[in-house]
Amino acid sequence: MSVLVFVEIADGEIRGSSLEAVAYGAEVAKIQGTTATAIVLGNEVSADQLAHIGNYGAAKVLNAADARLNHGVIQAYTDVIAQAFAQENSKTLVLAKSSLGDAVAARLAVRLQASLASNITELPQINGAFTVKRGVFTGKAFQTAELKSENKILAIKKGAISASPNDTLASVESFSPSFNEADFAVKITKTDKVTGELLLPEADRVVSGGRGLKGPENWGIILDLAHALTAATGCSKPVSDLDWRPHHEHVGQTGVKVSPTLYIAVGISGAIQHLAGVSSSKCIVVINKDADAPFFKAADYGIVGDAFEILPRLTKAVQNLK
Amino acid sequence: MKILVCITHVPDTTSKIAFTDGDTQLNKAGLQFIIGPYDDYALARAVEIKEQTPETTVTALNVGTAETEQTIRKALAIGADDAIRIDAEPTDAFFVANQIAQIAKAENYDLILMGRESSDYNGGQVHGMVGEMLGIPSLSPVMKLDIEGNVAKLAREIEGGKEYLEATLPLVLGCQEPIAEWKIPNMRGIMSARTKPLKVVQPTDNSVMTTPGKYELPAARSGVKMIAADEAEKLIDLLRNEAKVI
Repeated sequence: MSVLVFVEIADGEIRGSSLEAVAYGAEVAKIQGTTATAIVLGNEVSADQLAHIGNYGAAKVLNAADARLNHGVIQAYTDVIAQAFAQENSKTLVLAKSSLGDAVAARLAVRLQASLASNITELPQINGAFTVKRGVFTGKAFQTAELKSENKILAIKKGAISASPNDTLASVESFSPSFNEADFAVKITKTDKVTGELLLPEADRVVSGGRGLKGPENWGIILDLAHALTAATGCSKPVSDLDWRPHHEHVGQTGVKVSPTLYIAVGISGAIQHLAGVSSSKCIVVINKDADAPFFKAADYGIVGDAFEILPRLTKAVQNLK
Repeated sequence: MKILVCITHVPDTTSKIAFTDGDTQLNKAGLQFIIGPYDDYALARAVEIKEQTPETTVTALNVGTAETEQTIRKALAIGADDAIRIDAEPTDAFFVANQIAQIAKAENYDLILMGRESSDYNGGQVHGMVGEMLGIPSLSPVMKLDIEGNVAKLAREIEGGKEYLEATLPLVLGCQEPIAEWKIPNMRGIMSARTKPLKVVQPTDNSVMTTPGKYELPAARSGVKMIAADEAEKLIDLLRNEAKVI
């Protein structure tokens, strides 16, 4: 009865958030006296990369290497993971919270008659009852919840566990699920995706800009600092509403919720809706020319001043570290 | 076409959250409740489709106790034709999805729309569960939706971009911006909402999969350390040697 972990692939790479899910699954397996098995869908990842999932604690990796699974087809994914869950005699499925993960987890909860908790922020407490702690009210609070069914699905939030890889390799097995016609009823006609860019939800560092930057043409200073720090770029809601930056960069209550180790906010005043999206960041830096910007109250470090003058100097200071 | 829009009744996004009863209940004192911000986008798109497509009906549905009726009336004022309230506390996603699926089985909606997630529990689970319970596709987060005959053409946000899809109705969709602009009810809408039908039904099945426990608030930050603008470089030093994050 191994703990099954759904591992997502993006751009032919294993997603960092999924490796955290593997580490989390391995810890849950340890508590339950069993091992973790990862399931990977599609044929974009080499056997060598798959074996390296073992570095994060999976004993075994199942790969359904069907090219039709290279896109996140929600119903087909549900079907394949449910079959792997049955084959492995699993009682617990772990996955990283994501656009695809959420969609698949919800369907699986019904299929497997499982208790599902999302946004989980730490390892479960298992002593008779199985309880988890999850983020609620969009980063403004946490709540414990008991998962009552025998089968359980845990969708974990980034940072729920600190994953430190070792040298162990996993055994890789191919997995041949059966499909039914409905699995591919939804057709993906096109994918529009930035490549080679750090994905905001799983970035360890984020540099975000707000309306204080005055226009999209001024984003160079944000991009330069982000580049120097190997950080992803984000923005406030007004900036995405004004189309200065793409919607997938919008950080906040109705956008992406991030939990990086370092969040740098430039020219963002700190409306409560924005703070909700960043409150679980480990270290928050606020740079704003308005000393009364509410964001300073939620920050660890602050600089009052002109971003156009300060950011290039910070970028240079970061470059000088290397 | 028959559209069902499922709405949540949640604290306004500017709310400060606090708890009572030994941290087991949300402290509702002084909170303003609204239609969930994502649900509001779903509702707005449904009303737009109704305006463009003859013989379309939009039904709003909420799982909640009597206090949510004001929020449901707002959905009617925005343009839903009628509403259903399932009289129960929505504490568990499975429970809520089950109620929606029971209603939907009897009514054969072409589209079941809701927000990508509620802004209280943020589970983002109900649409997928309803889809699986009904045996129809579920997609989320949907940021663009056009209907051509019985085919939906839509765009779904993925990390770092968008995915364009086509699917045959019926569908369950979790929606988000910019699928439509939020609609503000006008006076005529508000007046007519008072007389539109709002049916209250009892839950059909009380099974739950999770039991909520205690709430807690995030630990407060220890306070901000200010750095003078003319010594900005010091920040990088502090991030490396004090916070140890770079």
